[in-house]
Amino acid sequence: MGEQMTEVYLNGKFVGDVENSSSFVKNIIDERRKGKLTSNLNVFHDEKNNEVLLESSKGRVRRPLIVVKEGKALLTEKHVEQLEKNEIGWSDLIQHGIIEFLDASEEENALVSFNEEELTPEHTHLELSPLDIMGLATSLVPYGNFNQSTRLNAGSKNQKQALGFYAANFAVRMDMDVNLLNTPQMPIVQSIIHEISDYHKHPSGQNVVIAIMSYEGYNMEDAIIINKSSIERGMGRSTYYRPALAEELRYSGGLIDEVSIPDKDVRGYKSEKDYRYLEGDGIIYPEAKVNEGDVVIGKTSPPRFLSSLDEYNLTSNTRRESSVSLRHGEKGVVDFVMITENSEGNKLVQVRMRDERIPEIGDKFTSRHGQKGVIGLILPQTDMPFSASGIVPDILFSPHGIPSRMTISHLIEMMAGKMGCLAGRTIDGTTFNSENETEVRKELLSLGFKENGEETMYNGKSGKIFKAKIFIGNMYYLKLKHMVANKIHSRARGPIQLLTRQPTEGRAKEGGLRLGEMEKDTFVAHGTSLLLKERFDSDRTVVPVCESCGFAGFHDHYKNRAFCPVCGENVEINDIEISYAFKLLIDEMKSLCIYPKMILENKY
Amino acid sequence: MDKLFKEYNEKLPANIITSLKEKMPKNISSANVKKIFELTLKEYETSKVEAGECVGLVAAESIGEPSTQMTLNTFHFAGVSEMNITTGLPRIIEILDARKKISTPMMEIYLKPPYSKGKDIKKIAQSIKETTLKDMTKEFLINIAELSIEVVLDPKSTKEFGVTDTVVSKTLQKSIKGYSIRKSGDNKITLKAKGKDVSLNEIYKTKEKIKGVYLKGIKGITQVLPIKRENEFMIITAGTNLKDILKLDKVDQTRTITNDIFEIYNVFGIEAARQSIIGEVYKVIENQGLNVDIRHIMLVADTMSVTGMIRGISRYGVVSGKASVLARASFETPLKHIIEASLTGEIDNLSSVVENVMLNQPVPVGTGLPGLITKVK
Repeated sequence: MGEQMTEVYLNGKFVGDVENSSSFVKNIIDERRKGKLTSNLNVFHDEKNNEVLLESSKGRVRRPLIVVKEGKALLTEKHVEQLEKNEIGWSDLIQHGIIEFLDASEEENALVSFNEEELTPEHTHLELSPLDIMGLATSLVPYGNFNQSTRLNAGSKNQKQALGFYAANFAVRMDMDVNLLNTPQMPIVQSIIHEISDYHKHPSGQNVVIAIMSYEGYNMEDAIIINKSSIERGMGRSTYYRPALAEELRYSGGLIDEVSIPDKDVRGYKSEKDYRYLEGDGIIYPEAKVNEGDVVIGKTSPPRFLSSLDEYNLTSNTRRESSVSLRHGEKGVVDFVMITENSEGNKLVQVRMRDERIPEIGDKFTSRHGQKGVIGLILPQTDMPFSASGIVPDILFSPHGIPSRMTISHLIEMMAGKMGCLAGRTIDGTTFNSENETEVRKELLSLGFKENGEETMYNGKSGKIFKAKIFIGNMYYLKLKHMVANKIHSRARGPIQLLTRQPTEGRAKEGGLRLGEMEKDTFVAHGTSLLLKERFDSDRTVVPVCESCGFAGFHDHYKNRAFCPVCGENVEINDIEISYAFKLLIDEMKSLCIYPKMILENKY
Repeated sequence: MDKLFKEYNEKLPANIITSLKEKMPKNISSANVKKIFELTLKEYETSKVEAGECVGLVAAESIGEPSTQMTLNTFHFAGVSEMNITTGLPRIIEILDARKKISTPMMEIYLKPPYSKGKDIKKIAQSIKETTLKDMTKEFLINIAELSIEVVLDPKSTKEFGVTDTVVSKTLQKSIKGYSIRKSGDNKITLKAKGKDVSLNEIYKTKEKIKGVYLKGIKGITQVLPIKRENEFMIITAGTNLKDILKLDKVDQTRTITNDIFEIYNVFGIEAARQSIIGEVYKVIENQGLNVDIRHIMLVADTMSVTGMIRGISRYGVVSGKASVLARASFETPLKHIIEASLTGEIDNLSSVVENVMLNQPVPVGTGLPGLITKVK
């Protein structure tokens, strides 16, 4: 018996056997690199199962790698020069077998070197760049190789939520719910990806002076303290855009919505004051300062049920009010008004509101290292600590955020940012390929600062020197899209649901905050029985209950006496306070032909 | 002084009295003793639970909250034969649900001296373990031509278990019908089908069946592990059979236990089962490094065993025993309870918490419990 034959599969189908599998695989790879076989083909030699799997189907994830032969990368300085001169392109490199794409299975046979320096004769491939292991957003984290992976994750996730300059044509766009940072900047500490991705065209943060210190406890638990004067100078200001739209819908019977100032006899007419900003065409004018409840687009709709009842109807005009107005708690300035037609040919009115958002307590900020936090205090510059040279930080960051999270890159960025700021240049902080930290320290020293980035600082309130040296530097800070103005919510009284008479749910509906099952248990456990009752009083109703049949009766206001629909007037009927939800339950049982009889008795 | 002790015997629990006795100074005036007793009694009375205190809910919260922090651990024995035991939340759920079949039944067998000092410990352990034919057989052969099964015993293990081939063939004769069984050589037993038209399938089935023929040991004990705990040798087993284990005279009947609560209930009765529930739950909680007052667990165990039977905290157990229809319906399967109640005409007296929350009435707990009556002039 000779050598065992190896089975070959192409795209999952058996195509034949080969005798010498390794030379077969080698041949295919060579032919592919020569360009004789399609570059889409991948081979996987499964030695364990004695199989060769060829794949050329679509839908596989593949990544480019530099081919290595005898411990030397095929991509040489010459190629790079040619690339720079635009003499050759990416496709040429692939055609010549210098760079090839591997899929997940062929990767199993490859030994990929991370760096060119680490190449050995055993290696088959070389990463294009060590940065290749990370995605776009993650590559934007400077000095990322000094971090724990979870922090890199958090850092890149936070960057996606940062406010910035999302599109240059924002002025003519009608985006829902967008934010623009008013004065975005490029970071001082960058990575090469910032350059590659044209980050200067859509930056999303600002360079700030940050000191790592506590201040009267207002930055504990990840909060940050912000310099009030910095905000007044424009730091972290953004604009929030939200459009309102109204469409003239067509109904059966040739009826149509109408954009106009509603007449006073329209059903559901608000008040004259609410319509005061509307112009003759029923649409608000640009630059109008609107507040909650103000109508932005006036609109009326035809009556809902067009029935025979019309003849008996006394009011001739039964059109309904269906204007678009500002929701509870919203304010802004009308930015842009547009009147068009939609695809069905209906008149479409869009109004974009703008609202300047000045940082306030509770707004969320982050650095690029997963060190997010909300503003805990806005402190006047006069009370902020200052350095010997008179520098006042914009942000005070709590030192407790550092040890457990081990975001060393955060610290290095501060130092590198400080150095870059003083030297007037940007710093390359590309992960795995950054400017050396010790060099940065040296340069900082040569600029007349302590090489560890610490400075003598003074208490802003007393003017006394701090015993400890404070680590202070510059870094890139991002304002995140979560702002309190969009989330703040409270309720004392408000709307209730029609069916259950319980408070509505959710901020948009001005809803209540539910006292849930477990919260209820705490009241019971404390024995505060009457307090618990009071809490659950939101849907209480008084029901007149008939003593003889146990059904709910009703109160006859004409005769001013209670009445039982079953037993009539001459029975004893007593008012009982129960929750409306229970009344509903009883009604539902009745509809199921269950007789839920309420037996009344004196409690004491 | 003895008179005083007798006087307070009824007012104070026994263990307080005994600890008082121990700590009482030698020469002390009887007036001072009386003072001590009075103070103790006062302290004892104030530390009692107030009337109207919602003990059940507090117990539920006190056990429930730490349970959320429990890990789904199984506990491993680093022994020759690896055993693992469900602990953590799954085990607590298992106990409180009063499952009849628990996932890892286990026994802790204490031995009488001299065996507790390590005498014959391995032998005893081996003799307890349930042994089947499979455990001492080298191979099972099926002879298709003769429609027979040949069992080849492993001489090593037969010696270890102390079973001879004659014993094996006798047991087989007792438990397998329709086959002629004979010894066909050293450590070989042949089973030949008696009938002519026996299908091969049937023979195969018999082969599988005789693998499980019980030979020796105690039924239900699948694994044994002799260990040394605090200078004493004992045996931990997987699988339980309390009744049969207690019959062995080498076993210390006073301390040997199982973690199967129903077995304890059947052998020792409800009081022991209650104690076992407390012990088992407390063991899990302690194991997780959590701290729950034992009285909460005792309350749960009490509610599980008041009826004289073990009822789980489930819709078939404790909840089904609730008086209020609304309370039962608000737990699980509401339709079932409402239909039943409407058919039998049940009356809900609104005497407990859940019903009153539903109706928005003050719950009869704490401040909602006492009623005030004023004379109206």
